[in-house]
Amino acid sequence: MMKRKILTLLLAVLPTFSYAAGGGVHLDSAPIDISDMESVKRGANHFVDYCFSCHSASYMRFNRIARDTGMSDGELRENLIFTTNEKGEPTKLGSLMEVAMTDAYAKEAFGTAVPDLTLTARARGADWLYTYLRTFYADPYRPTGMNNLVFPDVSMPNVLSSLQGIQKAVYKTETRQGVDVETIDHLELAQAGSMTTEEFDVFVADLVNFMVYLAEPVQNERRSLGIKVLIFLVIFFVVAYLLKKEYWKDVH
Amino acid sequence: MSKIIGWVDDRFPLMKMWNEHLAEYYAPKNFNFWYFFGSLALLVLVIQIVSGIFLVMHYKPDAELAFASVEYIMRDVPYGWLIRYIHSTGATAFFIVVYLHMLRGLMYGSYKKPRELIWLFGMFIYLALMAEAFMGYLLPWGQMSYWGAQVIISLFGAIPVIGDDLTLWIRGDFVISDATLNRFFSLHVIALPLVLLFLVVAHILALHEVGSNNPDGVDIKANKDEKGIPLDGIPFHPYYTVKDIVGVVVFLFFFATVLFFFPDGGGYLLEHANFVASDPLKTPEHIAPVWYFTPFYAILRAVPDKLLGVGAMGAAIVLLFFMPWLDRCKVRSIRYRSKIYKINLAMFIVSFVVLGWLAMQHVTPTITLLSQVFSLLYFAFFIVLFFTSKNEETKPVPDRVT
Repeated sequence: MMKRKILTLLLAVLPTFSYAAGGGVHLDSAPIDISDMESVKRGANHFVDYCFSCHSASYMRFNRIARDTGMSDGELRENLIFTTNEKGEPTKLGSLMEVAMTDAYAKEAFGTAVPDLTLTARARGADWLYTYLRTFYADPYRPTGMNNLVFPDVSMPNVLSSLQGIQKAVYKTETRQGVDVETIDHLELAQAGSMTTEEFDVFVADLVNFMVYLAEPVQNERRSLGIKVLIFLVIFFVVAYLLKKEYWKDVH
Repeated sequence: MSKIIGWVDDRFPLMKMWNEHLAEYYAPKNFNFWYFFGSLALLVLVIQIVSGIFLVMHYKPDAELAFASVEYIMRDVPYGWLIRYIHSTGATAFFIVVYLHMLRGLMYGSYKKPRELIWLFGMFIYLALMAEAFMGYLLPWGQMSYWGAQVIISLFGAIPVIGDDLTLWIRGDFVISDATLNRFFSLHVIALPLVLLFLVVAHILALHEVGSNNPDGVDIKANKDEKGIPLDGIPFHPYYTVKDIVGVVVFLFFFATVLFFFPDGGGYLLEHANFVASDPLKTPEHIAPVWYFTPFYAILRAVPDKLLGVGAMGAAIVLLFFMPWLDRCKVRSIRYRSKIYKINLAMFIVSFVVLGWLAMQHVTPTITLLSQVFSLLYFAFFIVLFFTSKNEETKPVPDRVT
């Protein structure tokens, strides 16, 4: 009787739970593989080419990327470091990935400070990033001419539109509580970019893969050390168990 | 070797202490699974102190630098990530172990005469641990650190007359700021660890004075052999030291699994919003305390009035202190107690867990209603216990452990 009551109460909570989960926009699952260092390397190039003019990654050092992806110092300079420091010297290999844009400038240009991207993948999740970067659509009411499905009224312009092309929203009419409402059904490509949709998805996946790496560069090492520790503990368990058994033989 | 020990023994009670607390401390031979969690709590305390010492070497308690210094530890300090994850996972492990340890006490009546003081010291350890965890959580200086502290400290504002001044005094500023961060750092790394260590020593000394309880709740000192050694007792060392090592290894297996493979625990151990540096101008959408505080947070949210809510939340903890006197049954172990007690305790555990879950949900009328129902069930445990325990129908308790 008591158990049934608890179950009933628990079931009563379920609808509210699914409601909370269904509140947001559907997120596409990001097809990423953090152990694929070639993908991370490509993503690093994309990041530097398209994000890093405005967004910093100021907790990360350039040469950490080189170390983890197996780049030489020369490759690092050629591919990722194009800036100079205040004195006009080339940015050092071990520098933090900071950008020159100040918050004050960003506020004038975009109306808001530009967030640092080092930890965005941990704060928002890979799926969010993967969906966000692919769901910009034309919206004449926005200052940038662009809006976004997962981040409505975002200040960021679609910097990837030359690759992706320009998407437009296709609306459908829904009846909610007797009132007809226009909602976005899906996005479709209105103007082609330099990449096909498939190529663009791979491009974004590489970029997101890099950002997941960027948020926690140690994660591959963490997992491989973890396996060794667990194996050690299993062996230690056998020894500890046998020792206990030996001592406890004479306890009745 | 024995010469050195003899030299020390003439000047310091080394062997006396060794014998009193380990080699000649006779513990009941029937300890079960639940008896691992005391020694594990001690282990986690050591883990937290040692990892904490290394974190303090690199962490900067400064509102401008704190967040970046944690990422510096995660990226630039050799094995800094490991130390940081040990400490963050350790906080959760501490509460899991302590909750199970407390549940053991409730099941086997370990708080009853003559162990009331052990229970009280334990409850003070739990209180100090909550303060320690709360203050530690501010230090990474992320959004959840900042706003979680904001919410909890503002609770003190509900106290009539002195409330506002009290919150100002705790924060050291009108908002959470560098001043708050600095004092929380000081309390987290010095003051509270000292209090914890003192209380742990008191807890163990009190335990070794009266002796351990056991799953049967039988007094093993009632049956001694001619040498005065309890017939059902075995020396803690080597028997329970070798047994506890097995427990430690199993514990470390779970600990390492979380640490190396799920360090953020799906957003429950390291909350997603805490990877964004604190911003006094941007409130996160959903502020939830870390899981170990959630049952009490649910009770707070269940009460419509802020002051009464704070009072109910406080009472939920304070009532536990009075367990030795609320429970008037002479029989200790749940094995020989009535069905009423078993159901009552089961309902208490269920309501504690469900309340914890409820506090993590967005507030809706259903969630609030359920929080109210389960808060009442939580408090009902103490009331039912007080009125049913005095004349409880118990089973006969054996003379010796089974």
